[in-house]
Amino acid sequence: MSGYTEELKRLIEKVEQTRPRRLEQIKRGEHYPQLTMEQREEWLKKYHPDYKDEGRRKISVGPNAGQTFPGEVAALLESESRLNPDEVDLSKADCSVDVLIIGGGGAGTAAALTASEMGASVILATKLRHGDSNTVMAEGGIQCADQECDSPYFHYLDVIGGGHFTNSPELVSALTNDAPLVVSWLEELGMMFDKLPDGRMKVRHGGGTSRKRMHSAGDMTGAEIMRVMRDEVRNRTERIRVLEFSPAVELLTGKDGSVAGALLYNLETKEYYIVRAKSVIIATGGFGRLHIQGFPTTNHYGATLDGVVMAYRAGASLRDLDSTQYHPTGAVFPEQNVGLLVTEKVRGLGAQLLNMDGEEFCFPLEPRDVESACIIRECLEVGKGIVTPTGRIGVWLDSPLIDLIHGEGTVRRELPAKYTQFKRYNIDISKEPMLVYPTLHYQNGGIKIDQWCETDVRGLFAAGETTGGVHGRNRLMGNSLLDVLVFGKRAGKSAVEYAKGVEESPEPTLGHVKRFHQELKEAGIESPQKGPVLLPDYTPEHVKERQWLQAGL
Amino acid sequence: MATKPKQLATGDRTIPPPDAKMIPIYIMGKEYMVPETITIMKAIEYAGYKYIRGCGCRGGICGACATFYRFIGDYRLRTGLACQTVVEPDMIIVQLPFFPANRPSYTLDNIEGDLHAELRRLYPEVFKCVGCGTCTRTCPMDIDVMDYVALMKRGDLKGAALKSFDCVMCGLCASRCPAQISQFTAAMFVRRLYGKYILPKAEHLKKRVEEVKSGRYERMLEELRDKSVEELKKLYTEREREPDLSEPGKWLPDDKEHL
Ligand SMILES: Cc1cc2nc3c(=O)[nH]c(=O)nc-3n(C[C@H](O)[C@H](O)[C@H](O)COP(=O)(O)OP(=O)(O)OC[C@H]3O[C@@H](n4cnc5c(N)ncnc54)[C@H](O)[C@@H]3O)c2cc1C
Ligand code: SF4
Ligand code: SF4
Ligand code: FES
Repeated sequence: MSGYTEELKRLIEKVEQTRPRRLEQIKRGEHYPQLTMEQREEWLKKYHPDYKDEGRRKISVGPNAGQTFPGEVAALLESESRLNPDEVDLSKADCSVDVLIIGGGGAGTAAALTASEMGASVILATKLRHGDSNTVMAEGGIQCADQECDSPYFHYLDVIGGGHFTNSPELVSALTNDAPLVVSWLEELGMMFDKLPDGRMKVRHGGGTSRKRMHSAGDMTGAEIMRVMRDEVRNRTERIRVLEFSPAVELLTGKDGSVAGALLYNLETKEYYIVRAKSVIIATGGFGRLHIQGFPTTNHYGATLDGVVMAYRAGASLRDLDSTQYHPTGAVFPEQNVGLLVTEKVRGLGAQLLNMDGEEFCFPLEPRDVESACIIRECLEVGKGIVTPTGRIGVWLDSPLIDLIHGEGTVRRELPAKYTQFKRYNIDISKEPMLVYPTLHYQNGGIKIDQWCETDVRGLFAAGETTGGVHGRNRLMGNSLLDVLVFGKRAGKSAVEYAKGVEESPEPTLGHVKRFHQELKEAGIESPQKGPVLLPDYTPEHVKERQWLQAGL
Repeated sequence: MATKPKQLATGDRTIPPPDAKMIPIYIMGKEYMVPETITIMKAIEYAGYKYIRGCGCRGGICGACATFYRFIGDYRLRTGLACQTVVEPDMIIVQLPFFPANRPSYTLDNIEGDLHAELRRLYPEVFKCVGCGTCTRTCPMDIDVMDYVALMKRGDLKGAALKSFDCVMCGLCASRCPAQISQFTAAMFVRRLYGKYILPKAEHLKKRVEEVKSGRYERMLEELRDKSVEELKKLYTEREREPDLSEPGKWLPDDKEHL
C-alpha cells in the first residue's frame, strides 16, 4: 500500500518512465546544466523571495526607516501596540526583579542560568511552555573548534565566508572564541554528546566547514540542549521564576528612554502583568510563522517576530532583517510532514528534482538560494508543479535514484530518520519520490547588538535568532545553536552587570509607544496592523465566515 | 499539460480540494467533519479551534501535543502526538496539554559516590514499578518505557539513559502508570547523571578551554577582525579542508601557526 493518492500515483508513473533514461545519463556522468552566473542572478531576482521586489516594501518609521523588508515584516515594524498606551495604569507593578528575560528557548534559558549564577533574581517569561521553541527542533548539531587541527581562527573564516563577508566581525569573533567554553559548560551540565569510547567528541563536517566540528546528540541535538538547560532551571526556582503562556507584548521604558521592564499578557486569562526590571533581555527567536509570502516553515508555533517588534518601538535598530533563509527542499506531502526539512544530503547522494512530467528542470546542487528560485519558477511560472490534495504545490525529489546509483539499502542506511518519517505514512522513499517545495527556515537578521549583546536601548539586551549580525546574510548549519548559547550567556552576564549599576528600575512608562504611534500618524500610516501577533492564525475561511457575530461584540 | 494553480494552501492552513473526502471526528466528544489525510492538530484547527496549549513545535519533538483517542466501537485506548497522527473516521479525541509530574529538585554538582543510591533517594517510587507494561504501550515515541524503568531499578544507568534518549517528555506514560511513577522526569535525571558522571569527559575540549581562557586566540581573532574583505576572501578560498575520512585527532593542517 502506498501513502500517495491515486492521482499522485499516476503522476509518479511518469517519474518511473523517465527514470531509466535519467539513470543512464547519470552513469555517463551527464547532468543538467548549471545556471550561468548571469542566469543565477536573473532567476534569483525574479523568483527568490529575498530579491523579488514584489512582496517587499520600504518602511517609513523607526530607526530603520527607508529600508526595504518583506511585506509581512514591514507591516509588523509599522504596527501599532495591542494596547492604548493612554489607558494603561502603570502605577502598581505586579513584580520587580533584577533581570527580566523574554523568551524561553535556548538563548533565554542560557541567559537565565548565567544570570542566576551571578546572584541576580530572574523572571523568565515565555509564550508557550518553557522550551517550546526553535531550539528544540535543531537536529543537525552545534559547531565548536575543539579538535587538534582546528581553532577559533579557522572557525571564524568559515563563518564569515559562509555569510558572504557581511557578518559583524566582533560578533563572529565572540562566537568562535566562546564556542569551547559553552560546549564544555553543556558537558558539565550533563548533556549526552555523541562521543567515542575515550570521551573524544564525535565530529562531522557541515556545509561550508573546513574542519570537522559539528557536535551532536543523536539527531536531536537541540532537544537535548534544551531539556538539559530547562531541567537545570527547575533546580533553581529560588532565583529563576518561569512564567509560561505569558508573552511580553510591550517593553516599558523610563523617562530617559532606558528600559524599565515589560508588560506581559496571560494568554489564558487575558490579564496583563506589569513587571519592573533593572535590565531586560530579548530572546524571542525567529519569524517563520509569519509565513513570509505564503511559504510553509520549519519553525515552531510561536516564531512570530515579537521581540523585534517590541524593541523596534523602543528605539533599537535592526540589521539584515530583509534576508531570510529558505531551505530549498521542505516536504509538502503528506500533510503531517509539511515544512519538514529534507536534508541536502538527499540531493548530494544523487536524487534529482523533477516536474510533473517527470523531467529535470535544474541542477540539483545549486546553492540553496538559487535552488529555491528554480523550484519556485517551475511551479509558479512554468506551471509544472504538482498540486497535492491539500492544495499545496511542489516538485518531485526522486530519491529512489539513490539506491539505483549506490546500491540497494543506501537510502535506509544513509537517511534513517527521513526514511522512517515517510514510512510512517506508507511512503517508502527508497522506492517512491518525495514532494518538496522551499520552506522558510531561519531569520538571518534582527536586532542589532554588540559583542556584549547591548542594543541601542539602554538596559536592553538581546540574544539568539532575534538578533542580526552574527551570521550576516547567510547562516551555516550548527552555528545558530552555538549563537544562542554564546550570546545567551553573554547577555545574561551583561544584564546582571548593568542591573548592578542601577539603584532601582526607572519609573515605568509607555512613552516610547506613544511617540511611535505619533510617528505612524505623521508618516500617514492609516489603520496599522496590531502587533506583536503572538500566534499565527490558522482558522480556516469557512469558520471565519461564521464568526461574524464576534464583530459586534 | 501545465496548470497554474489559482489558490494554494499557504502556511499551515489546510485548503482541501473541492472533492476532498470529509470524515467525522469527535473532538472531546463533539462531532466535526474534517478532510482526510490531515493531522489531528490541523484537523482541530480546521474545526475552528485556536491553540494556546497543546501545540509547540508542530514537528514531533517538543511533546506539547500528547493525545488520547479511541475509535467508536473499539475498547482500546490509543495515544499519539497530535502533530504526527493522521485523523481517521470516528476518532474520539482529547489532548493532554499538561500532566503534573513529580520532579524533586537536586544539585547535580553535589552528587558524588553512589549514583544509584541518589536515584533511590529522589525517586523511591521508581522501585515500585509493577511491570504492567502500560507505559510502553502508551509511549508515542515507541520507547520501551518499562524496560528503561527496569534498567533504572537494576542500577544500569547507562542503559536507562540510552534507552530513554528519544523521550519528548510528553507525560503520557506517567498519566497511565498504576504505580504513580513519573518515568520521564526520573529518566531526565538519569540522563544527566550519565552525561556528567559516567560518560568520559572530552580531554581535547578541556585543553581547548584552557587555551581560550588564557587568551590564546584573542590576538589571532583580532588579526582577522582587522582584515579587509579582499584579504579575508583570499584566506577563505585558500583554507585547507580536513579530509572527510581523516582519523579523529590525527590530521593536522599545514598552517599550524593558527592552531
Ligand atoms: C527545524 C530546525 C532545524 C534546525 N537545525 C539546526 C541545527 O542543526 N543547528 C543549528 O545550529 N541550528 C539549527 N536551527 C536553528 C536554531 O535551532 C535556532 O536558530 C535557535 O535555536 C534559536 O534559538 P533562540 O533561543 O534564539 O529562539 P527559540 O529557541 O525559538 O526560542 C524563542 C522563545 O521565545 C518565545 N517567545 C516568542 N515570542 C515571545 C514573546 N512575545 N514573549 C515571550 N516569549 C516569546 C518562544 O515561544 C520561544 O520559546 C534549526 C532550526 C529549525 C527550526
Ligand atoms: S517516555 Fe513517556 S514522556 Fe517520554 S515520550 Fe514516551 S510517553 Fe512521552
Ligand atoms: S506503567 Fe508504571 S508500573 Fe507499569 S510498567 Fe510502566 S512504570 Fe511500571
Ligand atoms: S507539537 Fe511538538 S510534538 Fe507535537
